[in-house]
Amino acid sequence: MVTYIARRLLLMIPVALLVSFVTFMLIHLIPGDPARVLLGESATPQTVAALDHQLGLDKPLWAQYALWLGQALHGNLGQSIQLQQPVTTAIIQRLPVTAELGILALVVSVALAIPLGVMAAARRNTPFDWLVNIVSLLGTAIPNFVLGLVLILFLAVVLRPFPPGGYVPFTQDPLGNLRDIILPVITLAAGAVAGNMRQIRASMIEVLNQDYIRTARAKGLSQNRVYYIHALRNALLPMLTIVGLQAGAILSGAVVIETIFLWPGVGQLAIQSILAKDYPVVQGVVLLSALSYMLVNLLVDISYGVLDPRISLKSSQ
Amino acid sequence: MRPQSSDSQTGKIALPAEPEALPRASAGLRTLLARLSLLLDAIREDPRLLSGVILAALVVAAIFAPLIAPYPPLKYHPSVATQLPSAAHWLGTDALGRDQLSRVIYGARISLSVGAGAILLGGLIGCALGIVAGYLRGWVDQAITIVVDALLAFPSLILALAIAAALGSGVTNVVIALAIVRIPIYVRLARGQTLQLRALDYVTAARAVGTPAWRILLRHIFPNIFSPLLVQATLSISFAILDESILSFMGLGAQPPTPEWGTMINDAQPYLTGGIDPWMILGPALAITITVLSLNLLGDSLRDRLDPHTARQLGLSAAADTALLDVTTKQAEDATSD
Repeated sequence: MVTYIARRLLLMIPVALLVSFVTFMLIHLIPGDPARVLLGESATPQTVAALDHQLGLDKPLWAQYALWLGQALHGNLGQSIQLQQPVTTAIIQRLPVTAELGILALVVSVALAIPLGVMAAARRNTPFDWLVNIVSLLGTAIPNFVLGLVLILFLAVVLRPFPPGGYVPFTQDPLGNLRDIILPVITLAAGAVAGNMRQIRASMIEVLNQDYIRTARAKGLSQNRVYYIHALRNALLPMLTIVGLQAGAILSGAVVIETIFLWPGVGQLAIQSILAKDYPVVQGVVLLSALSYMLVNLLVDISYGVLDPRISLKSSQ
Repeated sequence: MRPQSSDSQTGKIALPAEPEALPRASAGLRTLLARLSLLLDAIREDPRLLSGVILAALVVAAIFAPLIAPYPPLKYHPSVATQLPSAAHWLGTDALGRDQLSRVIYGARISLSVGAGAILLGGLIGCALGIVAGYLRGWVDQAITIVVDALLAFPSLILALAIAAALGSGVTNVVIALAIVRIPIYVRLARGQTLQLRALDYVTAARAVGTPAWRILLRHIFPNIFSPLLVQATLSISFAILDESILSFMGLGAQPPTPEWGTMINDAQPYLTGGIDPWMILGPALAITITVLSLNLLGDSLRDRLDPHTARQLGLSAAADTALLDVTTKQAEDATSD
C-alpha cells in the first residue's frame, strides 16, 4: 500500500510540471504584447517595459518559465495588478469561503446521491425510480446559473426566507452564515446529485444482478443488509471515480455560483480577475484549482486501493 | 415493447425488395414513406429518439430564423419594454423592448453552432492524436498521453474560462477554448479503440502487404471507431452548449447586442433578483434546458443502440446486431480491398 501511494505520488510529478507549464503559457495566449493589454492603451512605453520586466516577459521563454516555476514553488505567484497585493495572499484570504461552500456541497451531494441511487436501483421500474430518473435528467440539463436564479426568485424574492446573496463569516454570525450558505449549496450540489444518481443506480443494478447477491439473499439476509453491506461496497468503486469528477464539477461550479450569490470566494476572485485581465491572479487560481483537483483524484485512487486490494497489488507488480 | 421490435425488423428486410416495378417518381415517394415509417417504428420502440425530432426542429429554426422570428431581434421598442408574455410577445420583451421569442430563435444560431463547432474541432484534433498514439505506441504515445493527463488535471470549465479570457471575448475564441478542453476525451477514446483494433488480423494483414501507416489509420482504423466517437460527440455537444452558455453568462462569449441565450439570461438577472420582471429569463432558460435535455436523451439512446451489451438488456437487440454486422462487414471489406 505504501509503495502504491509512493508510486502514484511520483507519477504525479511530470503531470504537475506540465500543468504548471500550461498555466504559465496562458499569459502567452493573449494576442499581442501582454503587458500592453494588461495596462491598457494609455500606458507609456516606460510602464509597459517595467511590467514586461516585472513579469519577466523580456527574457527567453524557457527562462521565463524557470523563473515563474521557481517562484511558484516558493509560494510566490506574483503580484496582482488590480488588487495591489500578492496573488498568494489574495487567494489564501478567500480560500476558506470557497472551501466551506465546496466541501458542504460535496458532502450534501454524496449524502443525497448515494441513498437515492441505491433506492432507485432497489425499486427498479417503480414510480420512485421514474421520479429519480426524471429529476436527474432535468438536473443535468438545467444550467447551474439558471437554477441559482430560479432559487433566488422563489426563495429570496417571492417568499423571502433566504437572502438573495451575500456572506457573513461563520465566526462572526454562525446562524447568518448558515442562512447565507443554504441556497448556494443547494445550487452547487443539485447538478452533482442529478449527474450521479443515475450512475450510482446503474452500477448498483449491475452489482445486484451478480450471483453473490443471490447467494446473500438465499441465505436469508435482510434486504438492507444485502443492499448496503454486500452490494454497495462493490457498487462504490465506480462511484468513487464519480466523486473525483464531482470535485472538479464543484470547483468549476463555484466560479459561477459565487458570482451569482455574491459570495466572496476564490471563484468570484477568478471571474473578477478574468474580467479585469488581472493575469497573475487568473494563473494562480487556475494552478491552484488544477492542483487541488489532482489531489482529490489521487485520494480517490488511493481509496480504490483500500476498497479493492486487488488494484494496488496489480499495479505494484 | 419487445414484439414491436421484431415487427420493425421484418419491416426493414421487406421494404427495399419491392419498389422495382413502380414508376421512378412514385418509387422515390415510396422510399420516403418507408423511411418515415421506419423512423416512426424506431421512435415507438425508443421514445428517446423523439428528442432527435426536437433537435432537428431547433436546427431548422436556427437556419431559417429570419423567416420564423416574429420580430427583428435587434430592434428596440422602448414603449413595450419589460412586458410579460402575451399574445403579441409569446415570451415577453426585454429591457429594451426587444421580442424575447425572436431573440431566443436567433440565439439558437450561436449556441448550436458554437456547440457543434467546438465538438467538431476538439473531436477532430483529439481523434487524430488518439489514433496516432494508439497505433504508433512508443514515445509518441507516452508524450500524447502525458499532455492529455495534464489537460485533464484542470477542471474543464475553469480552463475554458481562462483560455477564453486570454484570447479575448468573442464567439470564435469560445469555440477554441471549449474545443481545447474537450480534446482529452477524444484522445482517450480513440486511443483505446485503436489499441484494440491494431491487434486484429485485418490490420496486421494490411500492414503485411505494405500499406502505409497513414492509409491504415484513415481507411482501416478510423471508419471502425467512428460509432463510439459519434456517441461521445452527441453527448458532449450538450456539455459544450452548457459551458458556452456559462461563458456567455459571464460576459466572455457573444457580445451585446448579439442575441445569445447565456447573455440574455445575464441581461435578465437584475430584473429577476429585483423582482421586476422574472419572466424575462423564461425563454433563454427553457431554450438551453430543452436543447441540452434533447442532446442527452439522443446521446443515451445512440449509446444503448451501438453498445451490444446494453442494447440486449434493453431489448434493442435488432439495432445492436445490425450495428455489429455493419462493423464486421466493414472490417471484411477493408481487409480485402488492399
